[in-house]
Amino acid sequence: MSAAPQKTKSGSETLNVVVSAKVPVTDLVTRFEFTRTDGAPFPPFSGGAHTVVTMQDGDRTRMNAYSLMSDPADLGIYAISVRRDDTGRGGSKFMHEHVAAGDEITITYPVNLFSLDLTAKKHIFFAGGIGITPFMSMIGQLDQIGGNWELHYSARSAALGAYADVLREKYPHKVHLYCDDADQHIPLEAILSGQPLGTHTYVCGPEGMISWVHSTAASLGWPEAHVHSEAFLAPEPGQPFEVRLCKSDKTITVGENESLLEAIERAGVDAPFLCRGGSCGMCETDVVTADGTFLHRDYWLEQEEQAAGKKIMPCVSRFLGGVLELDR
Amino acid sequence: MTIQFNDETFRDDYSFRNSDWAIKRFPFPFHEDSYMYSMNAEQHRGGPAGSVFEKRFDVDEHYISEMRDRAIVLDQDPLRCQSLPHMTLAGWDLLELIMVSKSEDYPDLFELYRDGAQWRWVNKPLGIDDTFTFMDETTLPYGPLEYITRQSQGDFALLDQRENNLWMDAGMITTQADWSLDFDIGMNFFEWHAPVPLAHEMGIFKRALKFLMNIQQGAPGRRLNWTMTVNPLLDTSPENYHKWGIQKTSLTPENIGAKQHVRVELQTFYRLPRSNALAFPIRCYLCSFQDLMTVPKWGRRLHRVVRDLPVELATYKGFIDNRPMMLDYLSQFDDGLPTSFGVFPDLDSEPPLQK
Ligand code: HEM
Repeated sequence: MSAAPQKTKSGSETLNVVVSAKVPVTDLVTRFEFTRTDGAPFPPFSGGAHTVVTMQDGDRTRMNAYSLMSDPADLGIYAISVRRDDTGRGGSKFMHEHVAAGDEITITYPVNLFSLDLTAKKHIFFAGGIGITPFMSMIGQLDQIGGNWELHYSARSAALGAYADVLREKYPHKVHLYCDDADQHIPLEAILSGQPLGTHTYVCGPEGMISWVHSTAASLGWPEAHVHSEAFLAPEPGQPFEVRLCKSDKTITVGENESLLEAIERAGVDAPFLCRGGSCGMCETDVVTADGTFLHRDYWLEQEEQAAGKKIMPCVSRFLGGVLELDR
Repeated sequence: MTIQFNDETFRDDYSFRNSDWAIKRFPFPFHEDSYMYSMNAEQHRGGPAGSVFEKRFDVDEHYISEMRDRAIVLDQDPLRCQSLPHMTLAGWDLLELIMVSKSEDYPDLFELYRDGAQWRWVNKPLGIDDTFTFMDETTLPYGPLEYITRQSQGDFALLDQRENNLWMDAGMITTQADWSLDFDIGMNFFEWHAPVPLAHEMGIFKRALKFLMNIQQGAPGRRLNWTMTVNPLLDTSPENYHKWGIQKTSLTPENIGAKQHVRVELQTFYRLPRSNALAFPIRCYLCSFQDLMTVPKWGRRLHRVVRDLPVELATYKGFIDNRPMMLDYLSQFDDGLPTSFGVFPDLDSEPPLQK
């Protein structure tokens, strides 16, 4: 139709914000609160949504996705909570060390890849560590519309369980905390057994916890569609590798500490993306030729697709070996 | 500009008319001289001034009469508007989206005052001035979906997104091209599209679903679809097929220019913020053959498209029997000259009819 030809932008729409507060929550977790630079209210969002934060680290542009964990009913602020990870590629460390109250940064509009199933009669949440964040906004949303929920939250210790205190105070009968240092464990089978028909469960935490909930639920006969998960996939560092971008006629080298997607962007090539964490499918890229080994880390491609080596998700996946040519 | 609203009907005596303004801005759906199904989607963020693409929810001269027609349909068949229980939140999302958009885009026609959850909505063309509590259904005369779509041209489907699919779980459907909400309610994307020919084999619906599930807040999309309707009927529903289906046999070479209408749907897609559902407004525009022929480029092109359209599509769209008569009429307006690319009339640059 092309009524008004417009260039489709990669990523999603952005908002200019000011860091209005930087609040230590635990020894490892810091909350960043944002207000809009133009003073307008934020767009409403749904529980489980995330935003991608752009950080300018010298000449390096970092983009990391974080769950929005403020109350969806409060459009005056957005908040994220960032766990400091000293072994990763440095995004969270940069947030902790270099982003301060008063800074102006850019974030994307909310994107939700982990939303509540509103047909559910009841919602059971399993959080591991920083995996608590999406449930903060889901709980806020269910509070507003009067939903039935309970939370099982596992943390290393009570002191490291971000927001455990506020949650337990506000919802003493719905929130259950399990601390590793007290040798407490989520009684998963008991919880998942005997739930009313139409219950949905959601898990967010380390990969091991996610697969534990999925497999336990499956063995108890839960329908797959009633078990929802969000993994926190950050791109992993790896050996540098070279890539030929055919459409743009460029050859680039992906550095040890950057993702393939970041290297493509650094070369000035506009590539689509949304979650930057291997789950939305937006950055899917066709492989023209490849001679080497793919290190697929995404949740998007089917196993057969990963094995076929005809597609790669550049936000999290890497490559080892000789030649890789992409249709980008 | 201020809009002069028509007083007209879409039934019985069919007094519906397009002004010159409405004809020039008609969303002619063919950007080239042939047509096949495709994933013809683009971003919905404005368009040329005065075009139907300019505003988020276009309001035109037919507004008041279309709303009157919708009220008649609902009165006879309340099931044209349905919302499964989990879709109430999406209904509020849609109400907010439309009220905010219309009050910003048409400040002379619509006003919205918000003080926390206390909202006042003023709709001048329809003479409405209501105060209500946002998210409290008891403060509105209808549910939020029905309330706002009784005041908005076009049909509205609300799709819940779950299990990697979209589910038709709510809607206001009174101006549809021969499909039924009551039949489709609760179906998923592939189920309700099952009757469409060729597109499944072409892989279009798989791509379309992926595209729709990735529509994000703040970045709406749009596409056009089209069909043919004899007489300017908004309500061409299966429920009422016995009333309008037979009218297709009333075409004659003498009346075809006035009676035969091209029916275009401007479909838009919005991610709804609170429910994470997808809103799918389907806005219907009608234009008679004889009015379309006042634009030489459209005359040339419509003849070629109708002539070369695959039989499957002409059958599905319900005009295969009338196609020969249409072609007799349309061929008078095709002089064989080339046409410019794109959907717009290009009246200044395209030559007048050379025969
Ligand atoms: C969620 C959004 C959508 C809804 C609710 C929707 C709904 C429908 C319905 C109810 C029909 C009539 C089917 C029948 O005969 O019963 C239809 C037809 C069709 N749809 Fe969709 N649709 C959507 C999005 C799309 C998209 C994005 C495409 C992109 C290619 C598409 C392509 C088509 C086509 C090609 C037809 C046949 C139209 C004709 O020939 O007149 N639809 N759609």
